[in-house]
Amino acid sequence: MSVDLNIKVGGAAGQGIQTIGMILAKTFKTSGFYVFATQFYLSRVRGGHNTFQIRVSDTPVIAMTENVDILIALDRTSIDEHLKELSNGIVIVDKDTVELEDVSDSIFHVPILKIAKDVSGNRIYSNTVAIGAALGLMCFDFDHLAGVLTSTFKKKGEEIIDKNIEAARSGYEYAKKNYPSGCKFLITEPKKKDKLMLVSGNDAVAMGALAAGVQFLAAYPMTPSTGVMTFIASKADRFNAVVEQAEDEIAALNMALGASFAGARSMTTTSGGGFSLMVEALGLAGITETPVVIFLSQRPGPATGLPTMTEQGELQFVLNASQGEFPRCVLAPATPEDCFYLTAEAFNIADKYQIPVFIMSDQYLADSLFTCERFDPSTFLIERHLLHANEYESTQGKYRRYAFTTIGISPRAIPGQANILVVADSDEHDEFGHIDQTPTNRISMNDKRMKKIEHLKKIMSAPQVYGAGNSQVTLIGWGSTYGPLTEVVDMLTKEGHSVNLVHYTNIYPLPIIPTKEFLGRSKKTVCVENNATGQFARVLKEYADISVSEKVLRYDGKPFSPEFIIRSLKDKGVI
Amino acid sequence: MVSIEDYGEFDTEWCPGCGNFGILKAIKQALVDIGRAPHEVLIASGIGQAAKLPHYMNCNLFNGLHGRSLPPATGAKIANHELTVLAVTGDGDCYGEGGNHLIHAIRRNPDITLIVHDNQIYGLTKGQASPTTEIGMRTKIQTHGVFNMPLNPLALAISLDCSFVSRGFAGDVPHLTELITRAIRHRGFSLIDVLQPCVSFNKLNTFAWYSERVYKLEEEGYTPNDRVKAFEKSLEWGDRIPLGVLYMHEKPTFEDHLEVLHSGMLIAHKPKTELVNELIDGYI
Ligand SMILES: Cc1ncc(C[n+]2csc(CCOP(=O)(O)OP(=O)(O)O)c2C)c(N)n1
Ligand code: SF4
Ligand SMILES: [Mg+2]
Repeated sequence: MSVDLNIKVGGAAGQGIQTIGMILAKTFKTSGFYVFATQFYLSRVRGGHNTFQIRVSDTPVIAMTENVDILIALDRTSIDEHLKELSNGIVIVDKDTVELEDVSDSIFHVPILKIAKDVSGNRIYSNTVAIGAALGLMCFDFDHLAGVLTSTFKKKGEEIIDKNIEAARSGYEYAKKNYPSGCKFLITEPKKKDKLMLVSGNDAVAMGALAAGVQFLAAYPMTPSTGVMTFIASKADRFNAVVEQAEDEIAALNMALGASFAGARSMTTTSGGGFSLMVEALGLAGITETPVVIFLSQRPGPATGLPTMTEQGELQFVLNASQGEFPRCVLAPATPEDCFYLTAEAFNIADKYQIPVFIMSDQYLADSLFTCERFDPSTFLIERHLLHANEYESTQGKYRRYAFTTIGISPRAIPGQANILVVADSDEHDEFGHIDQTPTNRISMNDKRMKKIEHLKKIMSAPQVYGAGNSQVTLIGWGSTYGPLTEVVDMLTKEGHSVNLVHYTNIYPLPIIPTKEFLGRSKKTVCVENNATGQFARVLKEYADISVSEKVLRYDGKPFSPEFIIRSLKDKGVI
Repeated sequence: MVSIEDYGEFDTEWCPGCGNFGILKAIKQALVDIGRAPHEVLIASGIGQAAKLPHYMNCNLFNGLHGRSLPPATGAKIANHELTVLAVTGDGDCYGEGGNHLIHAIRRNPDITLIVHDNQIYGLTKGQASPTTEIGMRTKIQTHGVFNMPLNPLALAISLDCSFVSRGFAGDVPHLTELITRAIRHRGFSLIDVLQPCVSFNKLNTFAWYSERVYKLEEEGYTPNDRVKAFEKSLEWGDRIPLGVLYMHEKPTFEDHLEVLHSGMLIAHKPKTELVNELIDGYI
């Protein structure tokens, strides 16, 4: 039987559940397991209730499941909320600090605080004791944990490292000795230890931008996008980049456009609320044909909505934002690899087509941790598509920033070069960039811009088909839902159903030919989306004239679990 | 040698007699006086009659959105700080729609010269009140007369310790030229609020009205180095209206603060993408 173990850490904000989670995740990863970790911030209770859930497996995992094996409960709410998720699991809890009236069989008391104080002389080691106890239940090789603790607390010095290791060992021994049946969750380490990364979607996006040579980022903080801005800010000096916190999102995108106009690879990061403020500048990017990458991490709206939760509710907004018509490109990464490579690619697309390019993520993808193959930046080449003064042969004596060309892309120069004046205007303009309101010019200029999308269409990647090529039922997904959807296909296929998945990361312009080919073969198509109305299903209808047979939607602020999708498919009689 | 001809002559969409012509003349002359060639200059503007100005001279230009001249100007200055960057805007553009950007551009202190064509009215949209329209002025919208207190841009800028705060008058081109020259030469964010008669929609603040009231600070022995005195001067508005530099001091610019720019333009730096592998190592 292969390993599939789920650990949930629950507690109030500030109790350090993230540290516990990270140390556990790293420990499993270094011992060769695949890990998937996801975080929730439920604001149902005063003080907030947060969880960090880790799934450990010896085969690749990229989704969570609803069943919990070990619950580390740092507060009472964790038990009230999550006890029901245990079918045959154990709750690790310190009854000296967490009040409990009735005790269920699954509760395993560990005197965490007492051990911390006895062994290391301070309550701050409590969390380390809890980590040790969890690993004790698995009779896990303690050395892996000791190694992770050593690297985690490296900066704090020998003494702190030793005390943490002692605290962890005591928790570990306590669990091993005192749990009635001992080694309840014994797991065998994989022999093969791949050098995998453990990375979040946000970090992968940030590294993708740095790999693309981003030079300027202006943004205004907004959850769940802020991580990308913070990451790039922390590396900006070494990478010769500038990150500026703008006064608002209007300024952020306008600044990015100014920098891009002057030749810097530029981006902004935001979430739906901030993007709402950027909409006019999006149109400015469109009409001035100024390249820019917009990283948009979705959370449930409208307005402030559910600030710390997840949703895929901004697709139609992004596709239709701004007055007027102009080309844009929308990419939605499904995995951390996509976060890295697609983000890098987005900069080349923006520069080549001189358009705004979106990377659409969401809180779930942003904050989840995945094990994945090492990213390889050498596969990516920076392509700026800029016209330099020495390539510029003046025939008319004047540079035409918006020269009419067969594919609509005009040679783009940047200001500051002798003999070239670069003119950009938010008004409709002539080939030189100066205001021109004549109907014939308007038509030609609009056509020129829109032509670019025809060319762009040709380079958009086909959706990925997961599972059998032909199936009775085809699930359709986009962006972050890839993990749970692939697992659904695996589970249902094992049960004997004929199910596959067609999954999109290249959203717009929609790759129409493969769409018709892949979806045309299926008897039943089910669009699975983290929103209330099926926004991608509308994209399929609008651009490929495909009506899906069924929709599975979730919009309670939580991401999909495979179980949720399968339940819905059964409820709807699809399977 | 740069000459005024390099900056060209263009037809405009401005009403004959408009104050904007004087400002255009002064900007071109100032750039010539400093010896800046058109390709070294970037003018970012918003939307309004004033904001059309860069179309009427040879230069690089980014004519963006209403109210948003300063953010692109800032972004461009960071990307290429060797460009001489001017932001040209109107009173509605800069003090109304884009007010927030003004506040924060002053705080940020990039080496940008901001020229506000302050005609105390919305010209392009045909005569509605602007943030600087005088109390009581009736328009088609402010039918009972303007009630809102006019914004005092100079007092606002001084309160934010703006590094160069000044007022010019479109009716005195030589003086305005000199002012723009000083503002461009000044390292840091410079504000020039230009009294600009709008002959079509502001029948109160006319050339004659301004001419009767303006006087030059430099002729009265005023030195613009005291913030409190400058603040006091900025409140003077009525029978006498001061022209010239009210407040000026040097402090580090935003570009000074950005270390990467000390060794050349941001866009001239090669991206250090080879370092990404090191970052990736941290995740193994
Ligand atoms: C977002 C937006 N709102 C409104 C307008 C309409 N509009 C254009 S210019 C302007 C006011 C112009 O006044 P001012 O900035 O003082 O410039 P002036 O024409 O007086 O030089 C307005 C309201 C617009 N273009 N964009
Ligand atoms: S409307 Fe007023 S500001 Fe505009 S051009 Fe005419 S006179 Fe000048
Ligand atoms: Mg005005």
